[in-house]
Amino acid sequence: MLVYQTTSTVTLFLKPNPALGVPIYLQLKEQIRHACETGALRQGDSLPGIRNLAELLVINPNTVARVYRELEQEGVLDLRHGVGAFVASSGTVTRWTAAKAGQMKAAQKTVSDLVAQLQERGFDADEIRRLVEAELASDTSRKSRRSSA
Amino acid sequence: MRQHLALQTAYAIETDGLTKHYGSFEAVCDLTMRVAKGSITGFLGQNGAGKSTTIKMLLGMIRPTRGQARVLDFNAINEKESIEMRKRVAYVAEDKRLYDYMTVRQIIGFTKSFYPNWRTDIEKRLLDDFRLPLDRATKKLSKGMRTQTALLLALARGAEFLILDEPTEGLDPVVTEKVLQLVVGAAADGATVFFSSHQIAEVEQVADRVLLIDKGQLVLDSPIEAISQDYRRIRCVYDEPPPLSALKLDGVKRVAVEGRVVSVLASHNAHEIAGQMGKFAYGHRVETFPMTLKEVVLESLKRD
Repeated sequence: MLVYQTTSTVTLFLKPNPALGVPIYLQLKEQIRHACETGALRQGDSLPGIRNLAELLVINPNTVARVYRELEQEGVLDLRHGVGAFVASSGTVTRWTAAKAGQMKAAQKTVSDLVAQLQERGFDADEIRRLVEAELASDTSRKSRRSSA
Repeated sequence: MRQHLALQTAYAIETDGLTKHYGSFEAVCDLTMRVAKGSITGFLGQNGAGKSTTIKMLLGMIRPTRGQARVLDFNAINEKESIEMRKRVAYVAEDKRLYDYMTVRQIIGFTKSFYPNWRTDIEKRLLDDFRLPLDRATKKLSKGMRTQTALLLALARGAEFLILDEPTEGLDPVVTEKVLQLVVGAAADGATVFFSSHQIAEVEQVADRVLLIDKGQLVLDSPIEAISQDYRRIRCVYDEPPPLSALKLDGVKRVAVEGRVVSVLASHNAHEIAGQMGKFAYGHRVETFPMTLKEVVLESLKRD
């Protein structure tokens, strides 16, 4: 088995998948939030530079810049001019508490019950996936309508 | 260096009604587009759709039949201005042409001598990455190596605008990813990139904006993120199909009626459209699906 060990935060990030139907900037934003919530990234940790992250993930640098900017506005990151991006020390992202971890577990149970129920009714995995995706897609178009209104 | 006095705009490319006829054949037809400075734009289209003709008109290599084109605020159709513009633009042609009699080392030395802003760091990095055989004559290079040599020459010039005609065509996946990495890196340095491609996935991955040309006409011009955020396929089964006039709504790009199923391609406004479609569906559910760039492109190329 090969084991790599590094102190860099670069390896935390996965290449976004354009085929998911979720904009790449949202996928990256979600990844960074998630890393903060699970404690993989903590207060004061530095994030890769815009150029480095763009090259590593092979995505548009404007996308990375936008994600950093939005996360700064949301209080997740601190952008220090000429130095880089850091996880904000007065962060608005709270690490998952035991309670939140419990909620996630409960939600997972809800989903697995729902999937089991639908399978019992004869739906296959593809149909279930389509139902969930259709639901989320109509949900995001509702949301984007609300925000543009 | 002589100061460029023309008004600076936010656009690296601005065309208005750009048209090229070859006899009775319309290669490019009334093309009006804007490419923002500092952006990465993917230029898609089938073979013969007019991609290379457009690029050559932008570079002053082909004279348009009519219309206007400005590149980096220079009038691309005026010969003098076009020369000034080309000093700032690096172009990699579709055929990746090189001086065949030179070795890789010679062609790098030769090209370097023309460009005061030559980036030795980029040259070194790319030579390492690509492992090009420095002493081989360029005519004996494989297709992938020719492309890599052409890209090295273009990128190390430190140009502010890269125009790449199918830069990843014929390259293996590892080298393709390296080329895309270079494109992304050049954009991070502030360069504008305009590249044509057949690879929808790579455009989706690195571009800010996608342009799609079909039979010389622009049929899609959209920010990439609008595709996953706003484009939707909305479908519903009907016992009695609704009057099509009821579907003339903002955002409806295309309506297909196949038997009892009506499916709508929406560029935006999906929620409203789905609501309207639901009014005519008794007992049936309106389904909304996200779309990938590939689906949107294929839909846009469908002939009526």
